[in-house]
Amino acid sequence: MESLYLLVPLALLIAAGIVWVFLWAVKSDQFDDLEGPAHRIIMDDDDKVKEKTDNESSDNK
Amino acid sequence: MKQEQPIKPCFHCGLPVAKQLDIHVNINGKSEAMCCYGCQAVAQSIVNSGMEDFYKFRTEPSLRPEEIVPEFLHQLKAYDNPQVQKHFVSDGSEQVREVSLILEGIVCAACIWLNEQHLNALPGVISANINYSNNRARVRWDNNRITLSEILESITRIGYLAHPYNPDRQQALIEKEKKQQLRRIGIAGVLGMQIMILAVAMYTGEWWGMEEGFKQMFRWVSLAVTTPLLLFASTPFFSAALRDLKNKRVGMDVPVALGIGIAFTASLMHTIQGSGEVYFDSVAMFTFFLLSARYFESGARKRTAEATEALLSLQPAIATKLIVDDNGVYDQQNQTCISVAELGIGDYVLVRPGEHIPADGRIVEGTSGINESLITGESLPVTKTIGDETVGGSTNTENPLVIKIDKIGDDTVLASIHRLLDEAQNRKPAIAKIADRIASKFVSIILLLASGVAIYWYQVDPEHWVAITVATLVVTCPCALSLATPAALTAASGQLAKLGLLPNSATALETLSKASDFVFDKTGTLTQGNIHMVKAVLLDDSPIEHHLQIAAALEASSEHPVAKSLIQAANETTNSGEQIKVSQLDNKAGSGVNGIIDGTHWHLGNINYINQLCEQGVPVSLLEKNQINEMTLVALATDKKIFAIFAFDDELRAEAPALIQQLKQQNKIITLMTGDHEANALRIAKIVGIENVYADMKPADKLAQVQKMQQSGAIVAMTGDGINDAPVLAGADVSIAMGSGTQLAAAHADLILLSNHVEHLYTGYQISRQTLKIIKQNLTWAFGYNLLAVPAAATGHVDPWMAAIGMSASSLFVVLNALRLTKTTK
Repeated sequence: MESLYLLVPLALLIAAGIVWVFLWAVKSDQFDDLEGPAHRIIMDDDDKVKEKTDNESSDNK
Repeated sequence: MKQEQPIKPCFHCGLPVAKQLDIHVNINGKSEAMCCYGCQAVAQSIVNSGMEDFYKFRTEPSLRPEEIVPEFLHQLKAYDNPQVQKHFVSDGSEQVREVSLILEGIVCAACIWLNEQHLNALPGVISANINYSNNRARVRWDNNRITLSEILESITRIGYLAHPYNPDRQQALIEKEKKQQLRRIGIAGVLGMQIMILAVAMYTGEWWGMEEGFKQMFRWVSLAVTTPLLLFASTPFFSAALRDLKNKRVGMDVPVALGIGIAFTASLMHTIQGSGEVYFDSVAMFTFFLLSARYFESGARKRTAEATEALLSLQPAIATKLIVDDNGVYDQQNQTCISVAELGIGDYVLVRPGEHIPADGRIVEGTSGINESLITGESLPVTKTIGDETVGGSTNTENPLVIKIDKIGDDTVLASIHRLLDEAQNRKPAIAKIADRIASKFVSIILLLASGVAIYWYQVDPEHWVAITVATLVVTCPCALSLATPAALTAASGQLAKLGLLPNSATALETLSKASDFVFDKTGTLTQGNIHMVKAVLLDDSPIEHHLQIAAALEASSEHPVAKSLIQAANETTNSGEQIKVSQLDNKAGSGVNGIIDGTHWHLGNINYINQLCEQGVPVSLLEKNQINEMTLVALATDKKIFAIFAFDDELRAEAPALIQQLKQQNKIITLMTGDHEANALRIAKIVGIENVYADMKPADKLAQVQKMQQSGAIVAMTGDGINDAPVLAGADVSIAMGSGTQLAAAHADLILLSNHVEHLYTGYQISRQTLKIIKQNLTWAFGYNLLAVPAAATGHVDPWMAAIGMSASSLFVVLNALRLTKTTK
């Protein structure tokens, strides 16, 4: 049972980590648009347009 | 014989394609039919920019694009004016600028993708991000390489409309508030779970036996985790309770704060003493559940706020001022663009066709039709000439006008309507909210009871008084009670939003379900609000297309609604893109136009105008025979002979009669109130089946009539769309504004019908009835539960942890019951 003296603080440490990640996510607008990314990920594999924008940005350099 | 072909839908917008029409665009290797040149242009530019995949991904047909007229592009140019940009553009540096846009016409996820790709591919655009859930875009661009108006125009080219908007302070505040709430919920959730783990260990330890050392360690650890939770996540309850007490009110937050406060203090003391119960788990659970409930409630409100804001984004408020020389004479060529706020009395402004008149004034040059629908609700323009008064906010439709401003700011007609609106809103009869009324009584009783319990047990059993008092406070948990209404309303709002009906306030649904009288405005509410050609009577044998083409050519440069619908009718029936040349075109404002086509002198105009210019008079019997004598008529004639008569009417919304019928079946009293003439009002009323008709009503008359109805005991639900309806909307018990209507009407309405399907009003009414039923069930449950639990807790038979489970189960029941609303009728 003495392992608890190690495990409980460890659990708290992990919880603190989760809280930190959560606060970061809120701060960086991860919860702003909950629907968009689900759709975007399907459509963004269109390479044609991507290449175009890539060229565009390399033009700028 | 020609073979009948099935009517094909337009590949772009899904509307039927006229048979004669033969326009196609090559999309993804197939030639697809288009219903109009607008759709063709949009589809072609999507294909040309290599984004044909849009058509593969989209799940809904696109909206039919608006025709791009030169006036529109001219108005877009106004957005490049630094004076105008000041209001909504943030300068990152000298040239890199950022703007927020509201996009119109988004119907599915593919639209977002298309717009994003399109914007990002524009040279000069640095980044473009679109938020899927609210259709807002943030665009950064390099002002050296592209201008804002070019960006907006390019969005129009792919069939969408973008308005820059100023994410005003209130919106930013809501956004910030939402993030803070989210942080609180997240922290309460994560920390609450830790506390629950420890609590479960302690409860089982109680049962099976546990070393005192571990118990004490668990207490301290729980305290260490609960303290930040209390200090950060629970603060809203304490500050709200404090505010309530300061105002000498007893709100829902007082027992919540008291419960949390006592539970924490007692647990803290027991931890320091090293003996006795701790209730940290109750504190955490309580906080987490209540915060979540409130978050979902405010989510529904936020959605409505966003929709309203989208409606509020209108044209830039700028005016073209004519500069006056030393002799007080203006010169049409010497213009300057200023914002309306800078306009002064005595200034001369130039108002081009299609533009809004910036303030009240008098015409000093020009004659034109002016659309004053915002005052009268009437969609047809009124002809005005030199010396006539013009109302700020109305639209010039035909010819350029020079107007001398004589009233600005608070003195204008528009401002007086605003005042009427404010007064009406202040006098609005408030139907007491059942839930609020009951809840505040309930809370007072609980507080009395809890203090009674505390005093009694302190004397009888000093060791357990804290546990019993906390149990009483927690078990009664106004939670279920406070959730009963918001949970049902939130579920109902979500359901209504799917229908395009957005509630602006929580009480709107409650009042709607009780409404006894439904009052409708005519133009724009029961009717479409814009006129269409409904009939063409031909007086010779040539085909209708021929006449329409000539008429359209004569009207090509007019902004008048009749002209626009004529041109639209011509585009729908003919397929030749060839332009008919008109020479010596002459526009007589308010009556007609004439011009020479292929050597023939043609006249097009109202009946009086044609009777004057054509040898053959318009046969009245013919009009009666065709039942068009009460409509707006335009005749096409040469000097000698009349060729065709076109009849225009504000088309009835197809679903309106059914809606009225359904409401009548519910024994509702239906009334029509309109600013239009009696003949028109009666005609429409007859078609939809309304017996009570009030015509020729000014905004103040409508309000007075509704107030009279309210005095005789009616609960009035008003549906309208225009600025002229805004005061009566504010004065009615519950108001529904059409989303396509004016911003002012929508901003003050209780519900906004975005979808323009009026029949959804009835579905909305049904949902509101159901919502009220569920709210009542929930309240009954909450009370029934309390009736059992409170005596048990007060007599000391309930431990705080049991109380916490009881209140959670009770809340869960209420939420699940409310969720049934989301499964009801489509």
